[in-house]
Amino acid sequence: MVKRLAWKVGGQQGEGIESTGEIFAKALYRLGYHLYGYRHFSSRIKGGHTNNNIRVSTEKVRSISDEIDILIAFDQETIDVNFDDLRQDGIIIADAKFKPANPNESKAKLYAVPFTKIAADLGTSLMKNMVAVGASSAAMGIPLEYFHPIVEELFGRKGEKIVESNIRAIEQGADYFNREAGGRIEELALAPGDGRQRMYMIGNDAIALGAIAAGVRLMSAYPITPASEIMEYLIEKLPKFGGTVIQTEDEMAAATMAIGANYSGVRAFTASAGPGLSLMTESIGLSGMTETPLVIVDTQRGGPSTGLPTKQEQSDIMAMIYGTHGDIPKVVLAPSTVEEAFYDMVEAFNIADEYQCPVIVLSDLQLSLGKQSVDPFNYDKIDIRRGKLIIDDSLPELEKKGSFKRYEDTIDGVSPRTIPGTRNGLHHVTGVEHNEAGKPSEAASNRKIQMDKRLRKLNSLKFDNPVHTNTKHENPDLLLIGTGSTRGAIEEAMTKLANDGVSVNHAHIRLLHPFPAEEMSPLIEKARQVVVVEHNATGQLESLVKLNVGGRDKMSSILKYDGNPFKPLEVYNQCKGVVYHVSHV
Amino acid sequence: MSATFKDFRNNVKPNWCPGCGDFSVQASIQRAAANLSLTPETLTIISGIGCSGRISGYINAYGLHGIHGRALPIAQGVKMGNRDMTVIAAGGDGDGFAIGLGHTIHAIRRNIDITYIVMDNQIYGLTKGQTSPRSAEGFQTKSTPAGSIESSLSVMQMALTAGATFVAQGFSSEVKDLTSLIEQGIQHKGFSLINVFSPCVTYNKINTYDWFKENLIKLSEIDGYHPSNRIMAMETLMKHNDLVMGIIYQDKEKYSYQELLNGYSKEPLAYSRLNLGRETFDNLVAEFM
Ligand SMILES: Cc1ncc(C[n+]2csc(CCOP(=O)(O)OP(=O)(O)O)c2C)c(N)n1
Ligand code: SF4
Ligand SMILES: [Mg+2]
Repeated sequence: MVKRLAWKVGGQQGEGIESTGEIFAKALYRLGYHLYGYRHFSSRIKGGHTNNNIRVSTEKVRSISDEIDILIAFDQETIDVNFDDLRQDGIIIADAKFKPANPNESKAKLYAVPFTKIAADLGTSLMKNMVAVGASSAAMGIPLEYFHPIVEELFGRKGEKIVESNIRAIEQGADYFNREAGGRIEELALAPGDGRQRMYMIGNDAIALGAIAAGVRLMSAYPITPASEIMEYLIEKLPKFGGTVIQTEDEMAAATMAIGANYSGVRAFTASAGPGLSLMTESIGLSGMTETPLVIVDTQRGGPSTGLPTKQEQSDIMAMIYGTHGDIPKVVLAPSTVEEAFYDMVEAFNIADEYQCPVIVLSDLQLSLGKQSVDPFNYDKIDIRRGKLIIDDSLPELEKKGSFKRYEDTIDGVSPRTIPGTRNGLHHVTGVEHNEAGKPSEAASNRKIQMDKRLRKLNSLKFDNPVHTNTKHENPDLLLIGTGSTRGAIEEAMTKLANDGVSVNHAHIRLLHPFPAEEMSPLIEKARQVVVVEHNATGQLESLVKLNVGGRDKMSSILKYDGNPFKPLEVYNQCKGVVYHVSHV
Repeated sequence: MSATFKDFRNNVKPNWCPGCGDFSVQASIQRAAANLSLTPETLTIISGIGCSGRISGYINAYGLHGIHGRALPIAQGVKMGNRDMTVIAAGGDGDGFAIGLGHTIHAIRRNIDITYIVMDNQIYGLTKGQTSPRSAEGFQTKSTPAGSIESSLSVMQMALTAGATFVAQGFSSEVKDLTSLIEQGIQHKGFSLINVFSPCVTYNKINTYDWFKENLIKLSEIDGYHPSNRIMAMETLMKHNDLVMGIIYQDKEKYSYQELLNGYSKEPLAYSRLNLGRETFDNLVAEFM
């Protein structure tokens, strides 16, 4: 029995690869396994190789795997592209229809199962994915009855007959494998799951659900990969809470509409990817200058320009921190798991309200689209805080018209905020430099007061655990630093390095700006070597660490910008190089 | 106690040039607000960047002076957040028809219940006299020393083809009419566009007060003109080269965005209770299990 398996299904885009993975995954996470799914797709709708990679484990998994155990192939290309990743003793189960060939260099065993024929004989070749699910289950020894309720959920609405024939397709796929291939393969049999019920969701689902939990009622957005699922979820849900999603004409409208809505008092936000964020930069400055709360989600993808729109990258880090003209207070959060994505979204709205500034939630494609199992989110951990917002009629009568000090120079820099409609709180807001009452003012003394006030706000920013640390060692050989979805790959590489006797600590940065220098400094100081693991070509995170903490002489980075997520082994191998080099000088 | 004209005045002295058309637009908004018995708290003015964009700072109401070209999306966000608020967007011809033209067309299509007032002086005032999409062909400016060779955009015709439900045109010298247009625009259920010829006395020496007085025609003086007739509206605009004043077109039947929006809260969203109930939340979570 094994504790972990990697299962992959591949074929042409639009062929039902997605649903094959869905059904298979659903049965497994309901059995209490931990899952981590990652799709590879090209930016076309039909055609083009696509695959869905699902890791199944009895323990938490947060990374794609180094090797594949079971490959389900709907075409020869799937075999040709992926056989290299199959482990010794791995298997390929392919549709007999395309006469699959196992390449000479392949270490895996190939089984041809007539997916299409079995399905067609049962009524329609569309059910070939069900046959494939059945065959994989037979190889892994998963009892078929677990699929019954899932098929029922999926096709119940289409009638009893359809449900029946899909179940039959699964059964016949299993029967065929049992009969012709000898059934369950011991090396592929999973130790039992813990039976606990978990959620299974992509990062974008968690982000959208987090927004609802935070009390969002309006989202203004323009579609883009890999952010669109956020608006799609909310288009369905927000009307149930009286709110809505508005698909705007562009991202400038999306960001400014969210600013207008926040100014009116509602919690509103937008989400996009690099190209959209580029268009929003002036608006982010407006939010900073007028101290209007604004939450923006950036789901990073391969840049620059249109770049690699459906591929993983973390190359917006610098742009998100520095990409506005002028000096503004701004917060950039970088969740690393779906769970964090959810809770960080709630916190992003709290911070935006409390510090009256833009907050960027920086995701990346792997986090946004990768599907993870996660313990159900905890209602009691949701806390809504709106800072110095006044929406009732509790304010005293103003002595003079328009004298409400919306930009009062307070000790913490945060001023009272009223919304249109509030009596005795009437004020004017402008992106022009202004005085305490919001009136334009260019006076040098006022300029300094207001700029200092705005920037001072974040001195009191409270953010729990700005860095995840795994610091078992007092003076480690190596400190690994990452952010976002690289967490799992780093953690697994760390375990491998520890097995080799290398002492490794890990710091995963959750709050990118303001940079948690205080937390990071001692970690860097005590490590012999520091390696920053990140998905971009210029070492943006490494630069940030150097800028805020230093450590230039012992720091290097592992960069990956080919569009694919890090595998643990890649991180491990490159770390070995660094450690080896150091111990031999 | 209902509000008066004075309630909408604040103590800020406009920095417009003496004689600038924008003074009258400001006064007309203030008068219209008083005539409609609005209060300063229930009026929000969102303005763009330009000389004209300063207008929100000169009226005692809630207001936001934003960034160049984006008054409309900000204003739509405010209205969506608080459907009980009277929301006016205001700005210049460059703001609304150059950098912000995309938003203008889509605000027309979207038909959210706000009023958009453009102070159209056929020039960029704030940046000291460059050509605007409203400048006539041949118009000489700092940026077109040999005369503009681009054609002037007919925004009224454009609005009609984009599906506008309220299209009107006013003139700074006709404060009474302008006030009435603004009142009707505010009362219109849906997006109302009011283009106002608001002369720039400093940089536009062609389209002056006198020039407009000579060339503008009142629609009320055209026999049989009826603003519910879109074809007539289009023909009249073409015939008079857009130089008309009054309500050019109004569709009183069409529902606004808010009225059509499925599930939209009857209460202003700004006052919603943010916490979801435990059961509601747990149900959302269960959908992923
Ligand atoms: C993004 C951006 N580009 C350029 C400017 C400079 N700018 C300010 S106002 C303006 C044009 C003003 O013309 P208009 O909108 O017609 O207003 P007016 O001053 O004539 O009332 C320009 C180009 C700016 N503020 N922001
Ligand atoms: S420059 Fe023109 S538009 Fe600007 S304030 Fe002076 S007259 Fe008015
Ligand atoms: Mg102008």
